[in-house]
Amino acid sequence: MDKMPKWADIALVPLINLLLALIVSGLVVLSIGEDPVEAMQIMVRGAVGSTYGWGYTLFYATNFIFTGLAVAVAFHARLFNIGGEGQAQLGALGVGLVCLALPWPHWILALPFAILGGALFGAAWASIPAYLQARRGSHIVITTIMFNFIASALLVYLLVGPLKVPGSMAPETARFPEGTFLPTAREVFGWVGLTFARTPLNVSFVVGLIAAFGVWLLMWRTRLGYEIRAFGHSESAAVYAGINPFRITMITMLISGGLAGLMAVNAVMGEQQRLLQDNVLGAGFVGIAVALMGRSHPVGVLLAAVLFGALYQGGAELEFETSVPREMIVVIQALVILFTGALDGMVRGPLEKAFLRFRKQPKPGVPAE
Amino acid sequence: MDFVTIVQILDSTVRLATPLLLACLAGLFSERAGVFDIGLEGKMLVSAFFSAAVAFMTGSVWLGLMAGIAASIVFALIHGLASITFRGDQLISGVAINFLASGMTVLIAQDWFSQGGRTPSLSGDARFGPLEWPGADALRDSAVVGPIYSDLVSGHTVLVYVALLMVPLSWYVLFRTRFGLRLRAVGENPGAVDTAGVSVVRLRYTAVIICGFLCGLAGAYLATGLAAGFVKDMTAGRGFIALAALIFAKWRPWYALGACLLFGLLEAVGNRFQNVEVIGINVPTQLMQALPYILTVVILAGFVGKAIPPRAGGAPYVKER
Repeated sequence: MDKMPKWADIALVPLINLLLALIVSGLVVLSIGEDPVEAMQIMVRGAVGSTYGWGYTLFYATNFIFTGLAVAVAFHARLFNIGGEGQAQLGALGVGLVCLALPWPHWILALPFAILGGALFGAAWASIPAYLQARRGSHIVITTIMFNFIASALLVYLLVGPLKVPGSMAPETARFPEGTFLPTAREVFGWVGLTFARTPLNVSFVVGLIAAFGVWLLMWRTRLGYEIRAFGHSESAAVYAGINPFRITMITMLISGGLAGLMAVNAVMGEQQRLLQDNVLGAGFVGIAVALMGRSHPVGVLLAAVLFGALYQGGAELEFETSVPREMIVVIQALVILFTGALDGMVRGPLEKAFLRFRKQPKPGVPAE
Repeated sequence: MDFVTIVQILDSTVRLATPLLLACLAGLFSERAGVFDIGLEGKMLVSAFFSAAVAFMTGSVWLGLMAGIAASIVFALIHGLASITFRGDQLISGVAINFLASGMTVLIAQDWFSQGGRTPSLSGDARFGPLEWPGADALRDSAVVGPIYSDLVSGHTVLVYVALLMVPLSWYVLFRTRFGLRLRAVGENPGAVDTAGVSVVRLRYTAVIICGFLCGLAGAYLATGLAAGFVKDMTAGRGFIALAALIFAKWRPWYALGACLLFGLLEAVGNRFQNVEVIGINVPTQLMQALPYILTVVILAGFVGKAIPPRAGGAPYVKER
């Protein structure tokens, strides 16, 4: 039955896909008259060459850990949650409301409530498409796309109306109270006497790691996780085993939406410190690429999130030092999604054949037992 | 609201509905053949860029149009390659197409024109001009008929009329020709079509190319008809509104016209008025902007007639071996 050894399936194929995406990206860089090798060097140096680079890389990575886990959890139940963007926007609203509700005395108190607010709002936004999928059979991809647009319209409405600071022209809320400011990596490293550049990297990164561990625990160590994965493998078999499709669809999407909503703890509470119109900046979509590359496994998601974080930070440096615009990141991201997600069969097919042939060859020489 | 305002709003409704209609019909062909396409947005965007860029460089809007269509078809073929030949996930491929278009257009625009990811603005023959119908000027001053004929019927660019003609044409091709019957069959039950000795792969590729062609028209209209040049992400979600319209129309051409006109009207009203009062209640513009999406969710939920997609949609066809 196994066409390929496991290491080839989980490591070799994604690496070849990634390599193809990078080669094509290199060709794109070449075609606009820049040196791909030099561009690569600038990106790597910019992303991981200093504590400044690392700070930004891991800050972006934190966003992608949350959105990547959100997509990954849904993938396990064979649900394609393309609405991470909208759920994260609503999560931002939840986090914003929590932060503005009280004059928080200390971040330790504010953080758990902000986590709760972000997760609840994100989950609530995912619950409607989930319900419509589970009860009315409405395709979740389409409804979550629609909910992304509705979310951004809702947020704009709130920010030019009820939530705007009276007398201000900018469509944003007031600045959060100081008690909600999360300690940055600079402060944390400062406590133990180490120096770290001033970056937006903050304790949310730790929350992201905990979330990844939580997802692993849920998926592979609990009954619910087993049910979600069984449902994803075969709905009819799951139903036969007494798993309720409605319940699994709802729970999976609530978890997924909640995780997407948590992104706001990092982006809104950790960095922007007020609620802005566009606070997600496409991270919801990057989550799709991250989940695909990470094969929906928390460890894979973590690695892919750091890779994409480095890509974002490196891309910013690239724009700074050469004439390659920031949109190069979007192109690389698109190619990664294309090669690891959609064109997976292009690599997998020939590779499976190669492994089959490789395995058959030594047989003739060995005498039958 | 006086009569002239109404005519003006309807006039801009037609203009704004045109790109939606073309993209919607594009999606119709693709999805009827069983290939889901959430990459309409991306294909429109590449076409918008290449049509504007080539129109600027050659000074001919027709060459621009052809370049736009070609670019859109190339993207459609990438989608076809991923979803038909390599049996990848059609939705993921669509997502990739959208990002690729969004990034590539700005990248190339910056490389070619160095104007911050836009093309220089177009004028003269590099744009589609209005097509004046015979007698439009003479009738302009007469009551009621005048404004309707000379502003609403006459005076649009040629692509607007092409888009409107595409509706009966699509209906005829899909529902009155052998090709159309096979195309619809391949979206419902590709196995049966294959058994009948017709190539599923070929039919689906044809559908995907038609989809690329129509998206190309839509994008070219955006950049060279509606606007005067390409700006970053100028499709602004229109591909998704077209997708919404397609579901709203339940995958039928005439209903697609109705849905696109409705969504065009919403946009036209939203553009014209900051706030609209309906029976004494103030409706914010954001609600108007979100209305197409909300209506689509309601339709999808099956509360107002159920939208049932083509049965084999989204599933790659694996021929029996």
